[in-house]
Amino acid sequence: MSGEVQAAAVLGGLTESEELEDRRGPQRPRRRRIGLGDWLLPVYVTLAFIFLLIPIAYTFVFSFNDSLKSNIAWRGFTFDKWLNVCNVEGGAVCEAFGNSIIIGLVSTVVATTLGTMIAIALVRYRFRARSSISLLLFLPMATPEVVLGAGLAAQFLAVGVPKDMLTIILAHTMFCISFVVVTVKARVASLDPALEEAGRDLYGSPREVFWRITFPLLTPGIMAAALLSFALSFDDFIITNFNSGSVTTFPKYIYISASRGIPAEANVIASAVFIVALAIVVIAQVSRAARAKRLAAEMT
Amino acid sequence: MSIREFAESGADLELVGIQKRFPGFTAIEELDLTIPAGSFFALLGPSGCGKTTTLRLVAGLEEPTAGRILIGGKDVTDTKAHQRPVNTVFQSYALFPHMSIIDNVAFGLKRRRIGDAESKAHEALKLVELDHLAQRRPAQLSGGQQQRVALARAIVNRPALLLLDEPLGALDLKLRRQMQLELKTIQEEVGLTFLHVTHDQEEAMTMADTVAVMNKGAIEQMGAPEELYELPRTAFVANFLGKSNLFTGDVVGTTDTAMTVDAAGHRITIATARAQRHQGLVTVGVRPEKVTLHAEQPDEVAGRNLLGPGRVIDVSFAGVSTEYIVAVPGVATISVFAQNMSFGPVAHEGSEVWLSWDVEHGFGLSDEPDESSRFPADADTQSIAVQRREALLTELEGS
Repeated sequence: MSGEVQAAAVLGGLTESEELEDRRGPQRPRRRRIGLGDWLLPVYVTLAFIFLLIPIAYTFVFSFNDSLKSNIAWRGFTFDKWLNVCNVEGGAVCEAFGNSIIIGLVSTVVATTLGTMIAIALVRYRFRARSSISLLLFLPMATPEVVLGAGLAAQFLAVGVPKDMLTIILAHTMFCISFVVVTVKARVASLDPALEEAGRDLYGSPREVFWRITFPLLTPGIMAAALLSFALSFDDFIITNFNSGSVTTFPKYIYISASRGIPAEANVIASAVFIVALAIVVIAQVSRAARAKRLAAEMT
Repeated sequence: MSIREFAESGADLELVGIQKRFPGFTAIEELDLTIPAGSFFALLGPSGCGKTTTLRLVAGLEEPTAGRILIGGKDVTDTKAHQRPVNTVFQSYALFPHMSIIDNVAFGLKRRRIGDAESKAHEALKLVELDHLAQRRPAQLSGGQQQRVALARAIVNRPALLLLDEPLGALDLKLRRQMQLELKTIQEEVGLTFLHVTHDQEEAMTMADTVAVMNKGAIEQMGAPEELYELPRTAFVANFLGKSNLFTGDVVGTTDTAMTVDAAGHRITIATARAQRHQGLVTVGVRPEKVTLHAEQPDEVAGRNLLGPGRVIDVSFAGVSTEYIVAVPGVATISVFAQNMSFGPVAHEGSEVWLSWDVEHGFGLSDEPDESSRFPADADTQSIAVQRREALLTELEGS
């Protein structure tokens, strides 16, 4: 009985889908009217991309502008700014850029190390105030940067710490840790505990199990967290501005010089950073695709 | 024995007064167990009876609340997992996804700084016939291949004791049979002590020298597979290991050789020596394949129990045998397995039949079947453990 009903249902489903095919088939060439969605979406998408890409294109193009002090009007094409990027204003652009790199690297290393350890502790161990710590780690992400920057500045002043590179690094490390913890935590949580148990079972001491099993398996998450940290630190202006004293970072340099016309050298560095970032993404994607292809080839 | 050397042979395992409590529940009540060296020992039980916890205690992945664990006569209770001469084949295989197959297999040898790890690993892979895949990653292997790698990764270390945590559970039936044979062969070849945890009674019976049936954190009965099957001592064992027809009634007569029970007016006799209890209310049973089906009322024969008439309420044909469910009014529904000696079933649904079996084939239990639940309650230790742990986790995550 039920077998018959099932068979009938399957047959019914088949005929129905065949009918649908038939209906769809001859209809397509007959359709002449162009719907709203057929042109609106492509146009909208094109406009959105143009809007988003114009500032980048502008920055790139004006890095070749043969400008004087201000870089607003087009005055002719030159490679000078790319070749002598550090020669303007006594190398102020390059100094700011170098500062940003140092601050970015140091706070990334510190935040990634601490954040990874916190993430592992939060997922793997049950301890007092664990949930409060989890919650507090979200605060730097949720708090407005102005408040965070001003608050930190006031604290540094109260304690009497002079504002310099160190205070910037401290500030950046603080907000980067939150992002690292969130990123790495997800990776730790998805790690099968049986893998570490297998490591212990196969005579691995706690240290060996961590470095040969846990850490390699967490690496993708840790790398993602480190890249995110560096990008956040390199990019940050508001918190930096409150806590930098006389030290100039790249975003701060651009902000200050914006009032009197940003020099073309800033465009050069910004364009270079953009190109490097783009290159990294492209290389990563291409090598991943190649690896997937190789694995697929080995499987067969 | 140092962890730096290979075990010469399997070692015996001794569990003395083991108890394991997790916050809020007890996984293992009280466990005493001795497994002789070189034997293939199966811990059999439903999911959550504490068998996996027992295994993890032996491996050193959990610490007992009380009791001692001795391997080869040496107390290892206070040593860590990586210091014990024990290896585990995990249920999920737990192969390291970031390493090649050969690195996976050589992992234990390298940690113990045993020379020539690579070639020993290749040998182990040859044993499981996977040496040609040595350079691949675990994700590129099928389930059965991964299972064999997990086995190679464990036995390459020549542990004194090999622990198998339902390693065949994820395989399909055919592959499972094949792996069961391979495991048995390897065990005999290398002479290690195997402790195999499983919920599959057939697997336990075909592979192990000794089977311990575990229920609710304690061992119900232990012995050779045929002994457990032919003479179960408790209702749980009688029903978990194969099927049983059970009858409960008062003892109405006992002699040195035979004991008669009155089950709702029907007299059932069993051998006295095969009964655990000899007075009052007792439960006796017989295996379905020991019962003979009669289409006409047979004559009373000494030494045979006769039951009937009853009515066949279900016939299920299973190729090699046919199972008949017979309802005998007032007593029970009785299951009968009959070999299909000729074609097709010999009785049909609704036909009137009589049942008989040899008095010597009956057995008497030490407890009564738990009538309150036809299905095992979900309140066993492990499921409570899992539920509690998950509740705790959600509570911690939620805040």
